[in-house]
Amino acid sequence: MNIIQTENLVRDFNSFRAVDHISFQVEKGEIFGLLGPNGAGKTTTIRMLTGVLEPTEGCARIGGYDIQEDPIQAKQMMGIVPEMANAYIDLSAMNNLLLMGELYGISREKRKRRAEELLKAFKLYEKRKQKVKTFSKGMKQRVILGMALMNDAEILFLDEPTGGLDVESTRLIHQMIRQFSREGTTVFLTTHNIEEANILCDRTAIMNYGRIVAIDSPEKLKSAIQSTSSVAVAFRKTVELEALQFKGVSSVEKEGDKYRLYSREVEKVIPKLVHYAEETGNTVISLKTLGPSLEDVFVKLTKGGET
Amino acid sequence: MNLLEQLKRAGAIAKKDLMIYYFRGPVIIQGLLIPAFLFFSFSFKRDVPLDFLLSGLVGMSLFFAVSAITPVIAPWETRMKTFERLVSCPISLWAIIMGDVVASVLFGMFITIFILAACVVILGAQIITLPLLAGIVTGAFCFSSFGTLISVPPTDQPSDIMLIATLIKFPLIFISGVFAPLHDMGAVRFLSYISPLTYFTDLVRHAMLGESSFSPWVSVLVLAGFAVVLYSTAVIWHRKNLGKRF
Repeated sequence: MNIIQTENLVRDFNSFRAVDHISFQVEKGEIFGLLGPNGAGKTTTIRMLTGVLEPTEGCARIGGYDIQEDPIQAKQMMGIVPEMANAYIDLSAMNNLLLMGELYGISREKRKRRAEELLKAFKLYEKRKQKVKTFSKGMKQRVILGMALMNDAEILFLDEPTGGLDVESTRLIHQMIRQFSREGTTVFLTTHNIEEANILCDRTAIMNYGRIVAIDSPEKLKSAIQSTSSVAVAFRKTVELEALQFKGVSSVEKEGDKYRLYSREVEKVIPKLVHYAEETGNTVISLKTLGPSLEDVFVKLTKGGET
Repeated sequence: MNLLEQLKRAGAIAKKDLMIYYFRGPVIIQGLLIPAFLFFSFSFKRDVPLDFLLSGLVGMSLFFAVSAITPVIAPWETRMKTFERLVSCPISLWAIIMGDVVASVLFGMFITIFILAACVVILGAQIITLPLLAGIVTGAFCFSSFGTLISVPPTDQPSDIMLIATLIKFPLIFISGVFAPLHDMGAVRFLSYISPLTYFTDLVRHAMLGESSFSPWVSVLVLAGFAVVLYSTAVIWHRKNLGKRF
């Protein structure tokens, strides 16, 4: 069952087209990632899906409700972490969560209980009465995520949920996202962090210049560009890049103390490397074959991730 | 989604505004000080009865207290990135604005009742009348809606809106019969009819002096009419400019 459905969504800002006829569906319970460089149109897309911006053309349905025709019903199903969002810094963590509970029409007792549960889950319970302005960035982001979870949302929209966070907070938020998914919540997230999309998402759409250029599971996206298989090799002595330009190698790059040779037939490149080392009196100290990463897919499809 | 549910959510916005923006020392002091400074500036060495000037003070107090914060909430929350969160919640834009209006109405009534109590002590008279109470409520709604209308330009700089507010609010004080009776204002008198503050000041004057240019209930009705027009216009224009805020 599709819980999010968009058809030919377009958003113009004067003469600039930020989102250009995008259509996709997200199934219930799925973690769906929208990956793209800065300025690709990810935030504009999420703002249209959450009813913050009106589309110039096209439509979006959330849980069967048209976000333009029935915005309140559609929003009632969502929990949202907007990009660069802030909690009310002059309110306590507890009051921020209670405010969200009231805005979603949750009864007094239930919202107090839910707020306490979330503050405990996010390790903020001891500081629940402190104003948010005294919190670190990671703690603020946890409050913001808690605010999004107050209504037991069926769909969570997370716009760059871990942008600029420390490792501990990022890990905690990743764990929570996986847990929501296990519990049946649909998660729609935008990120420019390829690894985040790779480890979290069931499916990923890659977006550039307002258009979706690819949409599939991370593994299927990787397998679609086998030409970027490579061998990473380290020698005891430094070598010239040109010397490693064997037949069948499409390009060679130096990465730190290693050399990366891109080829469609990496199995034929390995003996050549060993032979080269023997001939030149050098030694191979490490050698590893690498499949294409999601980063390779991203770079290839967005022509270097340029904005 | 029924109307009552939306009004309850507007109540949550009002509660949030009161906690964050209103009941703070500097805001309360400003709500009392600006009208007091203007009062003393214009009453100093003037041969005008005290009860006449006090009625002007009450009018100014409600006007300044109610319209002090509402204009800056939208730009401030746009800047702090909290406005986007509110808009993405299941609450209509009219209810968000209603919440902002209600918070400032409650604050304005608190300040005005405080000043009226002082007037009762000074004048030693019974000045609290039913039309005056109705006028305080409708006037507060009217001035608060006026404040939200000023905040329509989709900026995230509160200082831009404060400048617009100052440019509009101070001239209004001088055309609204606050410091001079309407019949002494000559041609400006006709200009005063387009200012809602005129009707509120006249209403207070009726309560304190027993004389006024308009019937008290007419003033209440005019204030209610201004409130509806200003609030509706604010909602329509805020909706129109919403996309430009983000």
